[in-house]
Amino acid sequence: MELITNTLGNLVEQSGFAQLADFKQIIMILVACVLLYLGIVKKYEPLLLVGIGFGMLLTNLPGSGVYHPELWYASGSADVDWGAVLHDGGFLDILYLGVKLGIYPSLIFVGVGAMTDFGPMMANPSSMLLGAAAQLGVYAALLMAVGLGFSGSEAASIAIIGGADGPTAIWLTKTLAPHLLGAIAVAAYSYMALIPLIQPPIMRALTTEKERQVKMEQLRPVSQTEKIVFPIVVTIVCCLVLPSVASLLGCLMLGNLFKECGVTDRLSDTAQNALMNIVTIFLGISVGATATADQFLSLETLEIIVLGLIAFAFATAGGILFGKIMYRATGGRVNPLIGSAGVSAVPMAARVSQVEGQKWNPSNFLLMHAMGPNVAGVIGSAVAAGFLLAVFG
Amino acid sequence: MDDITLAEAAGVSVMGFCVVFIVLVVLIGVITLQNIIISKLEGRGKTAAAPTGNAIPEAPAPAAAPAKLAKGSCGGVMLYDVPDRTAAMVMCIVADELKTPLNELRFISIQEVK
Repeated sequence: MELITNTLGNLVEQSGFAQLADFKQIIMILVACVLLYLGIVKKYEPLLLVGIGFGMLLTNLPGSGVYHPELWYASGSADVDWGAVLHDGGFLDILYLGVKLGIYPSLIFVGVGAMTDFGPMMANPSSMLLGAAAQLGVYAALLMAVGLGFSGSEAASIAIIGGADGPTAIWLTKTLAPHLLGAIAVAAYSYMALIPLIQPPIMRALTTEKERQVKMEQLRPVSQTEKIVFPIVVTIVCCLVLPSVASLLGCLMLGNLFKECGVTDRLSDTAQNALMNIVTIFLGISVGATATADQFLSLETLEIIVLGLIAFAFATAGGILFGKIMYRATGGRVNPLIGSAGVSAVPMAARVSQVEGQKWNPSNFLLMHAMGPNVAGVIGSAVAAGFLLAVFG
Repeated sequence: MDDITLAEAAGVSVMGFCVVFIVLVVLIGVITLQNIIISKLEGRGKTAAAPTGNAIPEAPAPAAAPAKLAKGSCGGVMLYDVPDRTAAMVMCIVADELKTPLNELRFISIQEVK
């Protein structure tokens, strides 16, 4: 009888209910459920938000022991005791190694590269300038974050949300400000899902009706040889100019080479599907796990969410304003609406340009023109991240 | 570099923005150069290499260049084993089914499925 009583007592003591002493954990469980709702019901970036939400749920259930923040941010030290992680770490601590070592974002970029057609950008290389201009959001957010009192590393990690590129944001944040990873990932992916709501008002406010109606000429065809040489040349040039982007940009271009070279169809297929899906599961769940109550429920998180929105707005405005410059410089041949696609977020931002363009001129087809700045934005945000890493890393 | 003032952040921002532009401008140059070299190697000549940006080719058009597009047209359509007359009927049927004027639709190619 005593054995049964003791066993039941132990079970009650060890249960999560008995350990549920902190109201913050209850709030975090609710936040996780809200993210799951947004991902499943509202379909906001579901492939990532469902994983992030579930990781957040697991890590905040008392006594689960799947993730131990103290192993990663012990007494504010930047050095991680890898032996302790392997010895004492939980399931998500082990998965988090892929984030901490920058493996998942790079592997995601292999998949992104294998799914990206750089043809429109190669057909109209000047559209790359729009991808550069849209990085205005990154640097505007950097200034504002410093103004709000964030340290240089934290401000750089927050600023990269403006690049509208989730893997790049995670790649930079895991090095510069790992304690902000959960908030930054949630902000980055949430805003990417909200691009169709965030961008159109800014696009309309900054352009005239005449500009929005501009019909662009058909792009020239790009030969297969050009498409094969492109990833090799870009890797050499970019990595020589900014070696810190080698892992991100190199993986993006490797994936693209798989796609274009014509002799690695199986690898391209794996990168686009199996690899991408597996890494997305690992990335989502382990990034979500970093959003523990102590790290996430703070004024900083609110500031990050506001700064992220401002960064997106500035990025859109930067692309549109440069689009207007190109409109004037070319005598009205460039529709400034394609500038907003410079904010990376492939291909959602390009689709927004297409939809907005067709609203004002139903015979307008901006999608392929917008894909140029869109994929240039991926390169631009990787370069911006590499620069910030070189400065603050 | 963690304790950074607003002025220093402004400097970093300007420098970072310039770096992104410089790298992408270099890439524009590389892509243009690559296009020219590959066009020459593939025997297409300079005429095909010129319209990389938004410029309209002023050099003589290639022999197979399509005729000037009609006003309001959404571009040309490639026909594979389909006579003009059949293609025209297909396009009219699609426009009718979609209840959309023909000049607001864009046909990329029409191919007979055998």
